[in-house]
Amino acid sequence: MASAELPVLKPADYGTDQDVRWCPGCGDYSILAQMKKVMSTLNMSRENTVFVSGIGCSSRFPYYMNTYGMHSIHGRAPAFATGLKSARQDLTVFVITGDGDSLSIGGNHLMHVLRRNVNLNIILFNNRIYGLTKGQYSPTSEQGKVTKSTPMGSIDNPIHPLSVAISCEATFVARSIDVHTKHLQETLERAVGHKGVSFVEVYQNCNVFNDGAYKWATDKDSKSDTVLELEHGKPMIFGKDRDKGIRLNGMTPEVVELGKGISEDDLLFHDAKSTEPTLAYMLTRMSHPEFPEPIGVLRDLDAPCYDDAINYQVQHAKETRGEADLEKLFNSGDTWVVE
Amino acid sequence: MSTTTDENAVVKEVQPLEEATVRFCGDSGDGMQLAGTQFSNTSALAGNDIATFPDFPAEIRAPRGTLAGVSGFQIHFASHDIYTPGETVDALVAMNPAALKTNLADLKSNGVLILNSDAFDKKALGQAGYESNPIEDDSLSGYQVFSMPMTSMTRGAVDGLDLSVKESDRCRNFFAMGLVFWLFGRSMDPTLRFIDAKFSKVPSIAEANRRALKAGYNFGETTDAFRSSYTVEKAKLPAGTYRNMTGNQALAWGLMTAAKLSGKKLFLGSYPITPASDILHELSKYKNFDVLTFQAEDEIAAICSAIGAAYGGEMALTTTSGPGMALKGEAMGLAMMLELPLVIVDVQRGGPSTGLPTKTEQADLLQVMFGRNGESPIPVIAASSPADCFDVAIEAWRLATRFMTPIVVLTDGYIANGSEPWRIPNVADLPKIRVTHPGPRDENDPPFLPYQRNEELARPWAVPGTPGLMHRVGGLEKQDGTGNVSYDPHNHHHMCVTRAQKVANIADVVPAQEVMGAESGKVLVVSWGGTYGACRTAVARLQAQGKSVSHAHVRYMNPFPKNLGQLISQFDKVLVPELNLGQMRLLLRSKYLVDAVGLNKVQGKPFTTTEIAEKIESLLG
Repeated sequence: MASAELPVLKPADYGTDQDVRWCPGCGDYSILAQMKKVMSTLNMSRENTVFVSGIGCSSRFPYYMNTYGMHSIHGRAPAFATGLKSARQDLTVFVITGDGDSLSIGGNHLMHVLRRNVNLNIILFNNRIYGLTKGQYSPTSEQGKVTKSTPMGSIDNPIHPLSVAISCEATFVARSIDVHTKHLQETLERAVGHKGVSFVEVYQNCNVFNDGAYKWATDKDSKSDTVLELEHGKPMIFGKDRDKGIRLNGMTPEVVELGKGISEDDLLFHDAKSTEPTLAYMLTRMSHPEFPEPIGVLRDLDAPCYDDAINYQVQHAKETRGEADLEKLFNSGDTWVVE
Repeated sequence: MSTTTDENAVVKEVQPLEEATVRFCGDSGDGMQLAGTQFSNTSALAGNDIATFPDFPAEIRAPRGTLAGVSGFQIHFASHDIYTPGETVDALVAMNPAALKTNLADLKSNGVLILNSDAFDKKALGQAGYESNPIEDDSLSGYQVFSMPMTSMTRGAVDGLDLSVKESDRCRNFFAMGLVFWLFGRSMDPTLRFIDAKFSKVPSIAEANRRALKAGYNFGETTDAFRSSYTVEKAKLPAGTYRNMTGNQALAWGLMTAAKLSGKKLFLGSYPITPASDILHELSKYKNFDVLTFQAEDEIAAICSAIGAAYGGEMALTTTSGPGMALKGEAMGLAMMLELPLVIVDVQRGGPSTGLPTKTEQADLLQVMFGRNGESPIPVIAASSPADCFDVAIEAWRLATRFMTPIVVLTDGYIANGSEPWRIPNVADLPKIRVTHPGPRDENDPPFLPYQRNEELARPWAVPGTPGLMHRVGGLEKQDGTGNVSYDPHNHHHMCVTRAQKVANIADVVPAQEVMGAESGKVLVVSWGGTYGACRTAVARLQAQGKSVSHAHVRYMNPFPKNLGQLISQFDKVLVPELNLGQMRLLLRSKYLVDAVGLNKVQGKPFTTTEIAEKIESLLG
């Protein structure tokens, strides 16, 4: 991925000459900009990087990156990426997807790519709406949402992307926000550095069809009280004055105020390395407005990768059974000669 | 066939035959597929030409003793070239009344009928719908009936091995095999070797099967019932070393060979489906051949993963049957749009919908031709026999890489599961498949154009990892040359026409359509896929009688060979026999404006030679 002998590329060197066709003000612009910065910071090779996407606004992403890329079909990007990474382990492969792409039509593939732990970086742009089809509710839209296809309000129970990721045993699970540029860069850098599947949910604003969906998390005045920045090994503290925390009460989390007999030691400490997924799952369930919503890395574990294993079997077969020999294969077992 | 009638004969007569057809049938748990496979392999090793037809229900274990649960395996073997698994049966082994009931109609008059009398009890007879025991009444008087208590004799043979009754009874198929081996003068050695290998971890079962096999063989030799046995001489096949191959195995080996000939890894993305799963199983065994097998979460992921591998520059393959093809449609369209090489194998089975999973049919042709949105041309080639699957697999990859296109290979359940002798090629003689990838560029070079085409209209296969060739592919329409997204109306028209022309250009590089017989005349039989054997045999039979009929068996289904239209026009009538309701006929009629006649059957079974010969005769008038 990083290559010392190459000249250092600037963020702009990772962009193409194609006109970016997202709506002005779309959160995707920020994600694109942070991705270019991350690639530049990590000095990633353009020719050894592939962006694979599905269908939707976010999935136009590969066209704007001066790397290899595939804009595939709706929901299936994880499957393309699995084949590509298995065949070409030398490449760094990103999957760019949206909430409809990965959790509705592509829900099946997301589940399987996560549980297989293919060494990919999956970035899910979650704007809680269908943008490219002009404003229908998505699988992450809140219940009661009025859209073109739900004039009386959505009756679907929404899905939580990170809950899905944890229950599929994803080895790297993180969340960031489109306009928290620094946090987003750091999160993407860590995702790239993780060996195994990295799943990053990015809260992304669709200013045309679902404007302000994350206003509570981006407003200068409110964000410190509504967002919990996770740090491994640190207590879960939030609030403008860093005076609030998360404590476990039996099996349930609760918001407590520090002081008044409650110290940092009483709070829950974040452990991204815990192999036991229960606390990580609990974090994925903490939702605004009852709780501050966690951002950062929820889970970061080392585990064998699918692409390593599939290639190891090939190597192992060669070592134990010898290199391919068609002549020998064809003439093995029962044969007979006709003179 | 006949037996001697001399009751006092001690030395048994051996009657030479030119060919024979044997069918094993029984309950789906009776091991008839294994018996058939072993007898096929042994006959092939003895030097006969063979053709086989396994026929089994979709259920793994249908209710015991029922008509629906009958599983059969037919083997045709001969001292000359044969192309079909035979029509009527010379010897039928029926392990229970249901098997007898469903198979007796195919037994020749005075044919050999071997029955397991132990299985003909009141309950089993009732399940099969017999009011009285056919062994005891005279309803089987038109056949040579050899009824014996196979179950008890097998139990006797394995006595002392400390097996349960169930385990003992599972050796019955080896008893039946042994008997048929004796009847046709076959060596038991290949099957004894098979038993050693297969049951090496359970010595008691291995020994039981050995004993049951030998007991069946010895029973044939010593019993007074059989007065003669039969022999079929070696076939005069072209010189070479042979092995017996099923279509699925030949296809898998052909694909592995194609990968080696092109210097590529083979990536298979597949999802289990009858009758294609054996290709996945077979390829999974050969990882040391640089074969990566990915059992995907569904049919869609299977093809998409393969397309990912193709973009990565490796040999990409997906294998399925009709219902899976339906699911792959959108991704096939993408592969066509990306112009990446990909082999898509459809082992056709009875449709529509779930249809008849274990039965054969040719009804996916129009699906693979047209089952996608938009103008989506994809080349299609079809294998004609089990051994032909090897050659077709290599040809598919050769065309896919040369023209940068996905390609569909059609086989069917009949040739996938059937087997025949395969002449082992000399690997060094197989032509290499030349694949080139454009090399790196630097900033002073002109920009790389991923959709700049060669004279055959193929685009370059630039693979990730190559400096300076970074490019994006996708399903949106692209500008020719640059590959950038383009909504320009004239460009879209141009690209649709160009992609169609590229596929049409394949006709320039494939062999001209061959014809068996005169190049003009009264009737031309045009066939494709697994009906080859029956059509060829029927036409040859009528040609021997001096009839004006020729046969063109088409491998290249899209595009058709360039001379096919001209060839067709030289005949008064064109007959297209198909195991569908007229799909190739529709294509021929629309392309060549020919009033082709169909012979169509969708019964889940292959054509018989007689069905085709009779139709030809009716057209000859």
